[in-house]
Order: sequence, then C-alpha cells, then structure tokens
Amino acid sequence: MSFRSAVITFPGSNCDRDMADALEKVSGSAPLRVWHGDADLPDNLDFIALPGGFSYGDYLRSGAMAARSPVMRAVVDAANRGVPVLGVCNGFQVLTESGLLPGALMRNAGITFVCRDVALTVDNNQSLFTSRYAQGQRIVIPVAHHDGNYFADAETLDRLEGEGRVAFRYAEDVNGSARQIAGVLNAAGNVLGMMPHPERMIEAEQGGSDGRALFESALNALASA
Amino acid sequence: MKVRVYVSLKNGVLDPQGRAIHHAIEGLGIHGVKDVRAGKMLELEVDETVTDAQLEDMASKLLANMVIENYRIERQPA
Repeated sequence: MSFRSAVITFPGSNCDRDMADALEKVSGSAPLRVWHGDADLPDNLDFIALPGGFSYGDYLRSGAMAARSPVMRAVVDAANRGVPVLGVCNGFQVLTESGLLPGALMRNAGITFVCRDVALTVDNNQSLFTSRYAQGQRIVIPVAHHDGNYFADAETLDRLEGEGRVAFRYAEDVNGSARQIAGVLNAAGNVLGMMPHPERMIEAEQGGSDGRALFESALNALASA
Repeated sequence: MKVRVYVSLKNGVLDPQGRAIHHAIEGLGIHGVKDVRAGKMLELEVDETVTDAQLEDMASKLLANMVIENYRIERQPA
C-alpha cells in the first residue's frame, strides 16, 4: 500500500525534514514536499503534515502569517473534505490561527522556552491518530516551544473534553496549558494539533519510539478505510 | 492618513509577559503599580479608499486573534 502524504514547508519551518523522515520511515513512502506559496495541493493525499518551526519568524503571532498563506486555503479545503491533517508545534499554532482547531497558543506561563522530553497521557485512543495507543497510556515525547500555553474559554474546554477531543494531556504542568491539554482534535476527528513532537521519537536512536504509534495509527486507518 | 490599531489581551486571559514586566518594574524600586498588561500597537498608513469596514476586517481577521485579543481602531487626524 502506498501512503501518499505531503509535508508543507513555510519560510522558517525547521522540523519539515524530521517530519518527512518520520513519515517515510513509518509508511515506506517518501512524502511530497509542498511550498507555502503553492495555491494547490497534490491530488489524492492520504495525509497532510504541518511541521514545527518558526514560520515567518513568528511575526504578529506564532502561526498567524502562515495561516493566511496560499497553501493553507487548500489545506483547509482538504481538511473539510476529511483528509487527515497533523499539525505539530508551529503546525498546531497554524491550525488554531486558521480556525481549523479551537483555542489559541499563548506564551508559556513560565515565560521561558521549554525544550525537553515530557510525559503525556493518551486521553482518547479512539481517534485516527491515536488508535495504536492504549487509553490512558503514558508516553514520552519531546517539546520545544515558547508559545505552547493552550488557551480556550471554559465552555470550549468543556466541549472538547465532553466530545473526546483532547487527544493528549501533559502528565505534569509544562507551559501553563488549560487543563494540561497537549493536543486537540477537530469535531470530525481528522485534524490533530499538538505541541509535542512525535516525529522526533520514531526509533531507538532518537531516544525512544513513543511517537511512532501516532503515524502507525494514521496508516492503519487508511488501510482499513 | 495614519490609522492606529491597538491590540490588547481580553480580560481574564492570563498575561505572563505583563506579569514579568510588572516584576521588572518592581525591580526598579518603583512600587504602587498594581497590574501590567502587554499589548501591541500597529500603525498603518492608508489612503482615502480604505473604508472603516475594511479596517475592521483586517483587525478582526488578522491583526488581532479574537480568541484571546480585542482591538481598537483609531484614525489619526490629518
């Protein structure tokens, strides 16, 4: 089975190569690389990844400029058609700025950049991106961000929790995120944004492989579709 | 014509930067400052074809993130 994925690169993305490597290692197919200025995406994509980094130098707000770039209109259309979209770190910020996910990512509560391995719990293993994890499983994935403090109003947070749209939570407070939310899903379940970097935990050489199951889950969902 | 757009955090949204600035002010030995909220001001040079509705549009869709921020538009007298 060939897995047709795309990694979007914005000016200032710096985890696009890691994301492409992870997708290729797990799926066996090299992802297509798409530039932010492209108005169209390749046809028949199975998966779209928005990588980490500092798109447009984080000008105005992290992810704000990238969310308005030409390719994002195509990504929003694809997401609305049901194509799985994963946004990691800056990619998560782009997803909230583009309106595909609720809430916003604010400056870390402790002001400092946080760059270390953190423990997460899998809050919902029934999603396209998490089915290969056990419910409540504790995993270790690195974070590296300055603006990872997830904010949404109480009503939105209640709705996210009630609908099983919190995919991952930090096992401890990392950045001040509301209810320790580390990753959220859209209502349809085909868009996931998360601050931790699963693409950096694919094989033992990277210090662990707890991120691998996320990509395997997406592959599995495609195979059984 | 100059237009200023002031972007500020909504009430109830925690502002770690404001808190750090507040702390630094106290470090100057100045007391009596009760709270600090950090925001931003954008200065636009626009011609007469730019309407109020367009200014509202750019402020609400791009310059401010309405999930966490408010904005205020001020046209500067010529």
